[in-house]
Amino acid sequence: MLKFLIDKDTWQEVFDSFNKNKLRSILTMVGVWWGILLLIGLLGSAKGLENSFKKLFGDFATNSVFVWGNKTNIPFKGFQKGRRVRLTLTNALKVEEHIPGVAFVVPRNQRQVNIERKLSSEFFSIAGDMPLLNKVQKIKLKTGRFINQGDMQEKRKVVVISEDIYKQLFEVKAKAVGEYLQIDGVTFKVIGVFKEPDENLGPSIDAHMPFSTFQQVFNQGDVIGWITITGQPTADIKQVEADAKLLLKNLTKIHPDDKRAFGSFNLGDNYAKLTGFLKGMQFLTWFVGIATLIAGVFAIGNILLITVKERTKEIGVRRALGATPYEIKRQIVVEAVFLTVVAGLLGIISGGWILIVINHFYGQGAEAKIVNPSVSITVVFVALVILVILGTLIGLIPAFKATKIKPIEALREE
Amino acid sequence: MLKINALHKSYAIGESSLHVLKGIDLSVETGEMVAIMGSSGSGKSTLLNIIGMLDVADSGDYILDGLPIEALTEKKAAVYRNKFLGFIFQSFNLINYKNALENVALPLYYQGLNRKKRQELALFHLEKVGLTNWSGHLPKELSGGQKQRVAIARALAANPKLLLADEPTGALDTKTSHEIMAFIQQLNDEGKTILMVTHEEDIAGMCKRIVRLRDGVIIEDKKVNQVRASQYV
Repeated sequence: MLKFLIDKDTWQEVFDSFNKNKLRSILTMVGVWWGILLLIGLLGSAKGLENSFKKLFGDFATNSVFVWGNKTNIPFKGFQKGRRVRLTLTNALKVEEHIPGVAFVVPRNQRQVNIERKLSSEFFSIAGDMPLLNKVQKIKLKTGRFINQGDMQEKRKVVVISEDIYKQLFEVKAKAVGEYLQIDGVTFKVIGVFKEPDENLGPSIDAHMPFSTFQQVFNQGDVIGWITITGQPTADIKQVEADAKLLLKNLTKIHPDDKRAFGSFNLGDNYAKLTGFLKGMQFLTWFVGIATLIAGVFAIGNILLITVKERTKEIGVRRALGATPYEIKRQIVVEAVFLTVVAGLLGIISGGWILIVINHFYGQGAEAKIVNPSVSITVVFVALVILVILGTLIGLIPAFKATKIKPIEALREE
Repeated sequence: MLKINALHKSYAIGESSLHVLKGIDLSVETGEMVAIMGSSGSGKSTLLNIIGMLDVADSGDYILDGLPIEALTEKKAAVYRNKFLGFIFQSFNLINYKNALENVALPLYYQGLNRKKRQELALFHLEKVGLTNWSGHLPKELSGGQKQRVAIARALAANPKLLLADEPTGALDTKTSHEIMAFIQQLNDEGKTILMVTHEEDIAGMCKRIVRLRDGVIIEDKKVNQVRASQYV
């Protein structure tokens, strides 16, 4: 069989019969071409969407939930409703300690401050953060470093500023790290400049200072603004959220059924919904693509069947000249596979072009909704293997039909 | 070369059956040139098809070159056809998208010869029929006589023991017919055994022996003095 496949004559026969019916052969291939084109185009676009989500969430630990305090809505243990709920560092640490499945809890404080340098001053939002923040939300530093444990312990007056602050308060190309700023009248040393993320989940922060420094400078005491709870990779983040809220309600004397006392945004849950949607889309794509492919391959089988009917005489002559039924069958199957594979390859190539076009129009810039739409070599390979298998199976039908033709009937003079 | 004994063949036509060959006895020696004659429906084509292993007899013996031909698988039949028999048809039956050389080379392809060898042999046989200069032409670019000569070259290519011709001149004008017959006679002179079906008396007269069929039986089998076709050319 291998010898047959690398034999020049085999392909000569295939090309001859292709050339004989050029238009029909090309029309036949359109179905398979279209199926593969759809498959590659849709899968690539789905991948592009997935990539854009990944880019959006890429800097976050997605298995996280943000929790903050609101007002109570149900009277409890002598307290009226409408009481202001405050998160405290003590309670946050208890969440980290007692709730199963929690990797770490990052407490955060935030406020609007006036930042001043030389003669310019602006209002910015600043956060008091733990070094751990970098694990939840990757901080992309342009220069310098992020807050470390030493800063925390010694409550150093240091600050990491955004590129935006840098542009507004510093001269062009001036060095920022090591310079000093006035934050609400207190002098801070710049230790790093970070790049704002393309997408912000939660409030946008212009500058970070050590959590402990924030507590001291703004006289915050134990009270904190909000916490980010990051679950372990295997943890059910919805369960973690429920458990954490219940513990916090217990600690702050809030009715267990009070749904509004703590606000939260479950990133993990939302992310899971998005990826689920993507999975569904990919499944749909495969389904549509393969269904179209099957239809296309059937079209090829159908045309070959007609061709066999038309070539009855030719097949009869070949039989009379000594072609065995196996040789006739083999020839027709090879023709079927050849048509499917060539159509498939063309489909893969034009699918690739479509992805290039999509990338050109929708995949550029930071706001792009489709990022690097592409398909893996594995997908292409799987598609080709499916084509070869389908082509062979469908080729067998006209092949058996052809060998049913008795040479004598084929050669009968009309 | 060829021995047939009590050969019977019928075809089912709806409910009834048509008894086409009703006990044929025929033997052909090497080097003979036999015309099988008969009106249409006499069974002459059926007989040729059975001899050509394109059809199978219901009963009777058929021995070709010492080999009993019976209960052949399709594959075996194909191999035998390729090895023993060369076919010449009334309507030439060339493959229309292959040029003259490729048509002649086709039986050699099924013999499993390599490309170079096939080209060589095919060219040799094309030369023999005088069409070397036409080797690259498609059948539609050839005249009827030329097509039949390509078909003869193809039949000869595999060097068969027996040439079977079904009305080889049926689609040709008189002049061309005589040319083709002269050529077939020449092949016979070189020792090829030839069996041809025809209904034309003058063509049959160019063979060495005439077998007449009527209603499925042989009514006459006689040796004749061969008329040389070359005298008309």
